[in-house]
Amino acid sequence: MLELDDIQHYLLCRPRAIIAQYFFMSFDSADSGRKWVGALADKVGVAKSVLEAAETDLRWITLAFTYNGLKKLGVDEASLESFPDAYKQGMAARARMLGFTDYNHPDNWEDKITDPNLHATVILFARTQEEKQRCIDLHDQWLKENPGVNTLSTLVLEALPPYDYVHEHFGYRDRITTPVIEGMGITPSPGSMPPSKAGEFFLGYNDETGTMPALPQPVELSKNGSFLAYVKMKEHVGAFRDFLKANAATEDEQEFLAAKLMGRWRKSGAPLVLCPEKDDHELGWDEKRNNNFDFANMDPKGYACPVGSHIRRMNVRDNKVSQIMNRRLIIRRGGTYGPHLPEGAPEDGANRGIAVFAGCADISRQFEFLVSVWANDPEFAELGERDPFIGTQDGTFNMTIPKRPLKKTIKGLPAFTSVKGGAYFFLPGIKALHYLASLK
Amino acid sequence: MKTHEWETPKAVAIPKENKEWEMGRYGPIWPKTPACYGFTIIADVKPGREAIVRQYGTTIAEALKGSPDLLAPLKLHYLRWVLFDNDTKFMYQGIFDTDFDKYTEDAVALFTLSGVNTVFENLVGFPEDWKTNTPAFIKFVREHQCNSFLEYGEYPYVSADEIKKALRLKAAFSEMLDQMQ
Ligand code: HEM
Repeated sequence: MLELDDIQHYLLCRPRAIIAQYFFMSFDSADSGRKWVGALADKVGVAKSVLEAAETDLRWITLAFTYNGLKKLGVDEASLESFPDAYKQGMAARARMLGFTDYNHPDNWEDKITDPNLHATVILFARTQEEKQRCIDLHDQWLKENPGVNTLSTLVLEALPPYDYVHEHFGYRDRITTPVIEGMGITPSPGSMPPSKAGEFFLGYNDETGTMPALPQPVELSKNGSFLAYVKMKEHVGAFRDFLKANAATEDEQEFLAAKLMGRWRKSGAPLVLCPEKDDHELGWDEKRNNNFDFANMDPKGYACPVGSHIRRMNVRDNKVSQIMNRRLIIRRGGTYGPHLPEGAPEDGANRGIAVFAGCADISRQFEFLVSVWANDPEFAELGERDPFIGTQDGTFNMTIPKRPLKKTIKGLPAFTSVKGGAYFFLPGIKALHYLASLK
Repeated sequence: MKTHEWETPKAVAIPKENKEWEMGRYGPIWPKTPACYGFTIIADVKPGREAIVRQYGTTIAEALKGSPDLLAPLKLHYLRWVLFDNDTKFMYQGIFDTDFDKYTEDAVALFTLSGVNTVFENLVGFPEDWKTNTPAFIKFVREHQCNSFLEYGEYPYVSADEIKKALRLKAAFSEMLDQMQ
C-alpha cells in the first residue's frame, strides 16, 4: 500500500492551480541548508491531505534536491555513493548521450541551472496571484532573517489563453495521457496502459518486475522518494507557424500538418488513429475514447499517425517495438512559461516555452531512454529522423509522413524548440525531509 | 547507374578501445560496423551444468515457436550459441541493428520471457539478482564481452528490416507478374 501520508503530493495529484513558480536554491553551508529544509518541511504538500483537500487549499509546495544538494546537506559518503549514476552525474554531464548537443548544449542553458551550487528546487503552486505573492513574501522574509540560503533563479509558469483548455505555446492541447498507479483507486481509461506498480515511480515498492529494486541508503532517506528530470525548452512559435504556412496552403491543411507532427489534433487532442482526416472535438474530449487506440494493429504503417510523430515515439503502443512499455513511463508535470504570442502576431523573440519535470523511479531506464533513444536516435524505427518537437534538429533530418500512394517527406525539418535548462532532482518523502533537516 | 553502399563488400578493423566512442547510458557504445552492431560474450560454464545449458537449446527454440515476434524489439539478425572446450566454455554472439547499450533493459526483460536467463544463470560470475539489478547484469555483459578486431559485411550496413522489405517487395512483384499472365 502506498504511504500517502509520507509521499509528496507532486506526482500523485495535480492541484487546481493556474500559477506556479520554480525556485532554484543554493545553500552556503550544511547548517543553513538544514535549517531551511526544516522550516519548509511542514509546508510541503503531503499526498494524503492534498488528495483530500485539493478543493480548499490555496497553495502547494514541493521540495527536491540535486546530488550536490544532498552532499551539501551532509549526507554521508556511503549513502551518496548508493544513489544511481545518472543522478550523481546530473543532466548536463549526460547531455551528449541524451542528444542535447549543438544549439541544445548545456552551454546555452539558462537560470544558472548548471551551477554546481544548485542544491534544491522549490515548486510553488497557487490558486491565485495574491496567494502566490503572499507565499513568496513570507519566504523572502525568512531568507532575510536566515542568511545562508540563496535563490539562484526563479521561473514563473502561467497558463496560456484561451484558458478553457490546457495547451502549450504551439497550441497543442496537453495533459491527456498519464500513467495510473496501482492502489490509487483510479481505473485507466480504455486503451491506456494497465495501472503501474508503485515502484515504477516511488522508491521502496515493488516495480513491474514484481520485486523491489535495491534502495539508495539509508532507507529513511530514500523510502517514498522519486526522481525528477527537469527540462526547460524554449518554443520558437514564430518559426513553427511559418513552417506550417510554408508547407501547407490552407488553414485546414496547416492544422492537418500540425496534427501529423504530434499524432493528435491541436485543439482537441483527438488521436489521428481514430480520426485521421478531420479533427473530432467530441472524440478529443471523450476520456473513454481519446486513448482507446494502438499503433500495432490499427495503424501499422503510420498512414494515420506518422511513425515519427511525437506521441508515437513517446508511447509506441506496439509490442514489436517494445515489450516493456510499462517500464518506460514517466509522470509529466510542469507547464508553460513566457508570454503568449497571439495568432497572427509576428515573432517577438521573447523567451517562451515549457518547463517540465518528468517523475520516475529510474532516471536512466525511464526519462533518459525516452529522450536519448526514442526522441533523438535517428535509428528509431529506421526512420533516420528525430522527434519533431524534442529531437535536436540541426536541419539535416527529415520528417516522413506516410501516405498512399507515395509518402510525403518534409526535407530539413527546422528546430521548433531549444533546450534551455535541465537537471536531475531527488524528491524525498516527508520523513526523509525531516531526516535531512536533522542531519548532524 | 548509381552504386549503393551495400553493393561494395567492406571490412573494418576495430581498435581495442577508442576514446572517441560515444558514451551510452551504461558505458562506451561499440561502433557499428559493416556487419552491424553486435556482441560476443564468452564465459565459463559452472562445472556440472553443461548438459543443462545444452538442453536449453531445445527449450528456447520451443518458446520462440509459440511467440515468434518475442525478440522483435531487439532488431536482431542472428544469435549464435556455442559450447566449446569440451562444453566447459560458452559463447553467445548476437548481431543487431541497434546498439546493445540502448536496449539493455529490453534485453533483460526479453531474456526473462524467453527463458534465456536460465542459461546465463549457469555461467560463472553471473549476478544472482540480475532481474532487478540491471547495472550488475550490464557489468557482467561488459566484463565478458570480447570485441571483434575485424568485421566484414558482404552487404555492409544493411538492416534486417531492409532485407525483409526487399524480400517482401520481390514477393509482391512476382505476385503482380503472376496476376498479369
Ligand atoms: C516543447 C516540447 C514538447 C511539446 C510541444 C510536447 C507536446 C506534447 C503533447 C501535445 C502531447 C499529447 C498530450 C497527451 O498525450 O497528454 C505530448 C505527449 C507526451 N509527451 Fe510531450 N511535449 C514536449 C516535450 C516533451 C518532453 C521533453 C518529454 C520527455 C521525455 C515528453 C514526453 C511526452 C510523453 C511521454 C507523452 C505521452 C504520450 C502518450 O502516452 O501517448 N514531451 N507531448
